[in-house]
Amino acid sequence: MEQLVKKYADKLIRAKLGSSQGVSQPLVGGIDDILVWNRKADETKILKAVFRGLNINSLIFLRPEEPYGHLINFLGQNALEERSGHGIIHPKDCETKTFLHDLPVIDDFNADKIIKVLKKRKSVIIVPGKPHGNVSNNNALKRPAIIAHGTVSPEQCFVTISSVCFANFVKFFTDYLYDLQAGKTTKKAHDLFNLTIPYIQPLPEQLPQFTISSFNNESQVYAAVIEVGRKTIEYELVDSYFGNVSCYWNNTLYISQTGSCLDELEGCIDPVPLDGSSSAGLTASSELSAHVKIIERTGCKAILHGHPKFSVIASMDCEPKEKAACKFNEQCHIRCPKKRFAGDTPIVPGEVGTGKFGLCNTLPQALEQINSTIVYGHGLFTTGKNNFSEAFNTMMEVENYCCSNYFKKINSLRS
Amino acid sequence: MFGWTGKILHIDLTKKSFKIETPDLDTYSFYLGGKGFGTRYLRQCVSLPWDHPRMIISIFTGPLTGTISPTSGRVHISSKSPLTGAIADSSIGGKLGFRLKNAGWDGIVIKGTSKTPIGITIKDNLIKFKDAVKLWGLDTNAVHKSLKPGKASLSSIGPAAENGVRFASITADQHHAAGRTGLGLCFAQKKLKYLMVDGTGKCRVKNPAQLKRAREDILRLTAASPVLMGEYGFSNLGTGAVYDLMDNRRMMPTDNFLKTNFKYASQLNAAAYKKTYTQKKHGCLGCHIMCKKTGIKTQTDIKHKFTMPEFETMSHFTALIGCKDIDLVIKANELCNHYGMDTISAASVLSCRREIKSIDYTKKKLLSLLDDIALGKHEGKDLALGASLYAKKMGKPHAAMSVKGLELPAYDPRGAYGMALGYALSTRGGCHLRAYPISHEIFRKPVATDRFSFSGKARIIKIAEDLNAVIDSLTACKFTFFAAGLEEYANAFEAVTGIETTAQDLLKKGESIYYNERIINAVNGFDVKDDDLPDRFFTMAGSSGNKIDIPPINRNDFFQARKKYYVVRGLDSKGKPQKEKAKSLGLLRETCSLWNN
Repeated sequence: MEQLVKKYADKLIRAKLGSSQGVSQPLVGGIDDILVWNRKADETKILKAVFRGLNINSLIFLRPEEPYGHLINFLGQNALEERSGHGIIHPKDCETKTFLHDLPVIDDFNADKIIKVLKKRKSVIIVPGKPHGNVSNNNALKRPAIIAHGTVSPEQCFVTISSVCFANFVKFFTDYLYDLQAGKTTKKAHDLFNLTIPYIQPLPEQLPQFTISSFNNESQVYAAVIEVGRKTIEYELVDSYFGNVSCYWNNTLYISQTGSCLDELEGCIDPVPLDGSSSAGLTASSELSAHVKIIERTGCKAILHGHPKFSVIASMDCEPKEKAACKFNEQCHIRCPKKRFAGDTPIVPGEVGTGKFGLCNTLPQALEQINSTIVYGHGLFTTGKNNFSEAFNTMMEVENYCCSNYFKKINSLRS
Repeated sequence: MFGWTGKILHIDLTKKSFKIETPDLDTYSFYLGGKGFGTRYLRQCVSLPWDHPRMIISIFTGPLTGTISPTSGRVHISSKSPLTGAIADSSIGGKLGFRLKNAGWDGIVIKGTSKTPIGITIKDNLIKFKDAVKLWGLDTNAVHKSLKPGKASLSSIGPAAENGVRFASITADQHHAAGRTGLGLCFAQKKLKYLMVDGTGKCRVKNPAQLKRAREDILRLTAASPVLMGEYGFSNLGTGAVYDLMDNRRMMPTDNFLKTNFKYASQLNAAAYKKTYTQKKHGCLGCHIMCKKTGIKTQTDIKHKFTMPEFETMSHFTALIGCKDIDLVIKANELCNHYGMDTISAASVLSCRREIKSIDYTKKKLLSLLDDIALGKHEGKDLALGASLYAKKMGKPHAAMSVKGLELPAYDPRGAYGMALGYALSTRGGCHLRAYPISHEIFRKPVATDRFSFSGKARIIKIAEDLNAVIDSLTACKFTFFAAGLEEYANAFEAVTGIETTAQDLLKKGESIYYNERIINAVNGFDVKDDDLPDRFFTMAGSSGNKIDIPPINRNDFFQARKKYYVVRGLDSKGKPQKEKAKSLGLLRETCSLWNN
């Protein structure tokens, strides 16, 4: 457990959700028979009580780095204004809605209040209202915090916190654009937008070099999948633990396993024979069916799926009047009836998995025309004819386009 | 009262009488249903032998049964095991749960023994005792054909139970079995041949709109689950989908657990069954996953429909006993279902015999031994005792691959240490379902854990046991929890019953229910000596390969993890429940000889 709490503290820092110093240092606790923490902290007194009040084995407390702290604070305060003491943030992206449903918010770092929420949900957001316990650093008092728990591993807490940060980022920028278009933006939202601009860095202009340009044997295939997984995280095209990647070679699809972390794919790639002779793909990504259909329809060799933030935001950009008139405006993610594009990249509806509204029914057709497609409120899929280089470069291009287009649109609306 | 019907039917087979109990809401809220109520009634006759006339068999639905809550239509049957002397219980699918609830009953508690074979029919409030002398001796399929239940649910035992097989099962609605721990023999001891239930009522739901939302959340999560609804998931291929995975992960029990990899696996996997047999999806009432399959053989004249084997049966009737005939698996599965025998225990005792006698099976010999076991003939009489007693009788106790007398299922514990701990600590013996660590150790849900480490596993197992006790008390399906969680089911529970509830509230009830099982076992003499694995797993390596090393389990590490589990579970160093802990969990409602109160 000592190793695990340290590992996930480090991962939060690497993911730029936490920091190695200051108020955003992650605090990770894990318990088998004895409770252990990754570091000493004043907050552990209250968090120990949280452990006692819940049947769990792990917990992470994090005051997220910026811009997430600002964004969560803003959305959390808004939620509390609607319902004093205990608010709810309703995320807009599909994965957070599916797996976390909604994001509860409280205004007090109090064990009983935290327990009350965590008995129902995987996470709680605490926005500054009252001091976070007997903390010595005053800066901490001004920062929101997220607490997430797990019953199996601190990894669950990491995934949840990562989702909460992603969801808040996407929600703020989506709502801001929508509100500007609807002419109902608040001064607070403008101020926050201005405050966060310095944190939004464009993706690097220079594209990475891939060591494997074609697949001639199985070991090259594994190496290529591992390499592109690492680079996708490194370039922040997806938060760790989301997204998936696959490669076709010798009538077999090599695909990342479900819940695998793209920067730790060694030993987490399933070879799935496409002749149906084996069911070893049982642990493959939940998007396996979509990947197989894409390979069949497009003849590509490499598929990359990430959650670049501005691509996701672009997918949910819908003109307010048009949206108000649409009969499916409560089910955009599965029923959006309009052919929509981000530049040349199509945007399609579809849920995770293989259900009636599964993205495996919409995505492969779209990728027949072009090697990139955004799934509404979810993420971006790109393909490469022969290797991952093309898929990766396309992902960078689409995300850069979506990001610059977003700000162009904002500037035009604000002016 | 919403969710529950508020009525429990008590049947006395000695007197052929019944009475109705109407527990208050507090009692329902504490025990929930299913397993929870099973432990309640078992605790009341805890020290009686399994075959005592006053020993009970309980059959319980849950509060969600009969509603649109997904996969919540199961039933939990409980008693004391003729095979192990410990808790006997099993979750069973089919229609029984819905029909019991439709008839207005949350559960049935049966005691007493009829002098002659008897059947019970329930149609709403009408309870009848039927002469079953003519059905005694018939297999479960013949009983079904004879009684023609139509929309009613029919559960029955077969000749195996009547002839004293310790691992006899109960078959419900032709394709579903309460397989483990010998519950069929508990029926037979009471001369109860069958139970037929039908009803016309509906379950009352407090907040239908909230329940609809909870259902949508659960369905969305299951749709996103590769294990359940993926191309190679249970919905498409049945539980046999796990077969390749177990072999690839080098944890397929082979040759009575002497090896962990089977060289013919690729010819006997789910894909091979799909090619060889024409299959049709089948499921329990109220389930959208439909993991069960029925089949007929493609390209032959054999047109009769049969139940496709589950993963455990596929694995144990091939790798464990050294057979590579796919038709033989189908036939053995069909024989076990019709005779009413647990396939896991049947294959395991045959595997134990193969090791002891060092003779491989021919198809003919294997099928004739299954006949002999079920019909109490020749060597079958000894094999019917189960692997532990059989091996002991043969002077080779170490050849029995069982825990607390219950034969191990098809996951080798050397390939998953949480599974090792889960097997050893399970209250019903060698069972993978109490803690179901395969979820995180193999299926990577909710996240993956290191399968070759005991680190953190003590508490993981404890929490998972609590969780599965809740699932078996709500009488939901464990498979769904590869995707959804108590967070979603607490919402469904709240919607159905109107009782404000959280996931953690339910987990607390699960802790209490599981602790009650430890109390019941402790009263019957079970302690640390029984929370152990067969020596083989600590002394012999499995079949390493495919870049996976399968060493023997380090015994000291195992003991340390077990010791931690006792601390986390609130047991003493001998694995015995403690009075203060029992009190804190509300379990001193009944007196208990452990503490002389």
